[in-house]
Amino acid sequence: MSLTDHIAGIGRSAIASVTGLGSAGLMLWGAIARVPKPRKGIPLLIKQLYVIGVQSMVIILVSGLFIGMVLALQGYNILVGFGTEDSLGPMVALSLLRELGPVVTALLFAGRAGSALTAEIGLMKSTEQLSSLEMMAIDPLRQIIAPRFWAGVISLPLLALMFTAVGIYGGHIVGVEWKGIDSGSFWSILQASVEWRQDIVNCVIKSLVFAVVVTWIALYRGYNVIPNPEGISRATTQTVVQSSLAVLALDFLLTAMMFGS
Amino acid sequence: MLTRKIELLVGVFILSGLMAFLVLVFNVANIEVKPGQSHYTLYAKFTNIGGLKVRSPVKVGGVVVGRVTQISLDPTELVAVVELAMDKQYEQFPETSSLSILTSGLLGEQFLGLTPGFVMDDIGMLQEGDYIDDTHSALVLEDLIGQFLYSVKSKDN
Amino acid sequence: MINERADDDATPLVEIEHLAFSRGSHVIYEDVSLSIPKGKVTAIMGPSGIGKTTLLKLIGGQLQPDRGNIKVDGIDVHQCSRSELFELRKRMSMLFQSGALFTDMNVFDNVAFALREHSGLPEAIIKRIVLMKLEAVGLRGAAKMMPSELSGGMQRRAALARAIALEPELILYDEPFAGQDPISMGVLVKLIRELSDALNLTSVVVSHDVQEVLGIADYVYVLADKRIIAHGTPEELRLADNPKLKQFIGGEPDGPVPFHFPAPDYQKEMLGELN
Repeated sequence: MSLTDHIAGIGRSAIASVTGLGSAGLMLWGAIARVPKPRKGIPLLIKQLYVIGVQSMVIILVSGLFIGMVLALQGYNILVGFGTEDSLGPMVALSLLRELGPVVTALLFAGRAGSALTAEIGLMKSTEQLSSLEMMAIDPLRQIIAPRFWAGVISLPLLALMFTAVGIYGGHIVGVEWKGIDSGSFWSILQASVEWRQDIVNCVIKSLVFAVVVTWIALYRGYNVIPNPEGISRATTQTVVQSSLAVLALDFLLTAMMFGS
Repeated sequence: MLTRKIELLVGVFILSGLMAFLVLVFNVANIEVKPGQSHYTLYAKFTNIGGLKVRSPVKVGGVVVGRVTQISLDPTELVAVVELAMDKQYEQFPETSSLSILTSGLLGEQFLGLTPGFVMDDIGMLQEGDYIDDTHSALVLEDLIGQFLYSVKSKDN
Repeated sequence: MINERADDDATPLVEIEHLAFSRGSHVIYEDVSLSIPKGKVTAIMGPSGIGKTTLLKLIGGQLQPDRGNIKVDGIDVHQCSRSELFELRKRMSMLFQSGALFTDMNVFDNVAFALREHSGLPEAIIKRIVLMKLEAVGLRGAAKMMPSELSGGMQRRAALARAIALEPELILYDEPFAGQDPISMGVLVKLIRELSDALNLTSVVVSHDVQEVLGIADYVYVLADKRIIAHGTPEELRLADNPKLKQFIGGEPDGPVPFHFPAPDYQKEMLGELN
């Protein structure tokens, strides 16, 4: 290959990625603009809340409990060396609220709900169900994409809040019930150090951003799948990989913006 | 098309999410819902505030009676000015009270300790917007160690 | 290029003029013109991979042509607004090769879907219409079954019931006979003919099953080499002496349409003389 071929190759892939980004952006805008309407949209939204939210609840609650417990156990072992094991409460609560709650929930969500979304929509596309909707004069963005998008955006923050609350409870189990920290000081020090705006509002903001990104990637990968079994499995993998990376990178950015100064 | 079971579970899901939110807000962040007029403001000047932060507590004998709401630098005197929101139910502090920056434990958080002064006929109570004159700045560990080393050295000589 | 035209005795519902379409660098149509008369069964035949499904998607406005235009009932499918296109699509329907039934609802809800979305009729009337359509394709007994429980032939019949639910003027059939056993094939042939006659539907059948198509079509276009190579009534085509057409209709393995995909010289490649 000559030099010009290489340069043309770079140009081709640049054009392709810009085109991809553009069509993904259009799809996102289409989904945002089509807020589910009361009569027809809400039943669809409820069904998706069930599939995306309710069915992810068990994995989120169990993971939250264990992560809170592990965090408390490891934290206790370190803090006890400084004689400051009373600070276990804020350590667990702040780690969960600021980072682990939104991030781990988003990663689990990408694996549990995101991959399922991609596979479902990919299958709909490859069996021509999406085409068939279009031919019935029904907008697939409104019927299929928008309810799933909104269900994801609503579910993930709720799941992250549940994860965090259960995680703090797990920390309480290990710290107070097992390691014998005084329950009063555990809660009072925890309450003194957690701030409503700084910690809880930022936790919700983070998980909202992750919700938009993960759901968007999952839907886009499904909607643009190459309609064959290999394409669907590739798209599912891509959803998990890309949304995990996006969550971690965005987490760094958001943390720098929220807690950096 | 939707079964009752799905609707019920989605309802439970949303309610548990909101419950988790409320638990975090009220149990973990300990937000106190109080009407806006329940505080009065005091000011104090310090040459060094050490590690004092906005929202650090003001305590009298260990009881929290207020919080730091703002920390700024006086542009002419070049000393730190701390604004305190004091709880309305504790209004009985005489003007002779003193304020010191203390540390909980050896390495813990810093807070303001208010020591109520004596009460005499011609001395009023602290009012909205008053300055507390008698303040003790934070003890800086490095300064303390420096002083200690200096005194040890001078004894040796 | 001559304009291929069906008999002028029926007014055309679909008119395609000088259509050109390509996917990437792969040209699918160079210059295709045809017209589809109202109330008739028109078949479009050709070997597989020639882009017959693409033609239906172009008529449905799901793809944009490179050149040329497609008019359905006088409205240019690719120039009109999105809402006009959606209005137009309510008057046509398409039977996909895979059936494309919605996998998350049962047969009844599949057929009722478009009615519930578009007709605004009360549920009691929708129920009656759906049962009528299912009766027409012989699947009333399977109303409560999920698509995954149906055989391939039954899926296609259920999809047909869904396609006629809104009483369209135009039905596009994409390979309706592909992969069917002889009995389902017979049932489908009968259904397509009967529906067309009973409801005065305009039908477009895209297929490579020569005998079935020649059996039901009123008029046939044969696509090959990116253009239309022959057209006429089934009798005319059977008698035509165009060699490509003869090969296709007779099903001969080699002929003007070569058995081999274009390739460099066999002997030279085997001997490694090519690089």
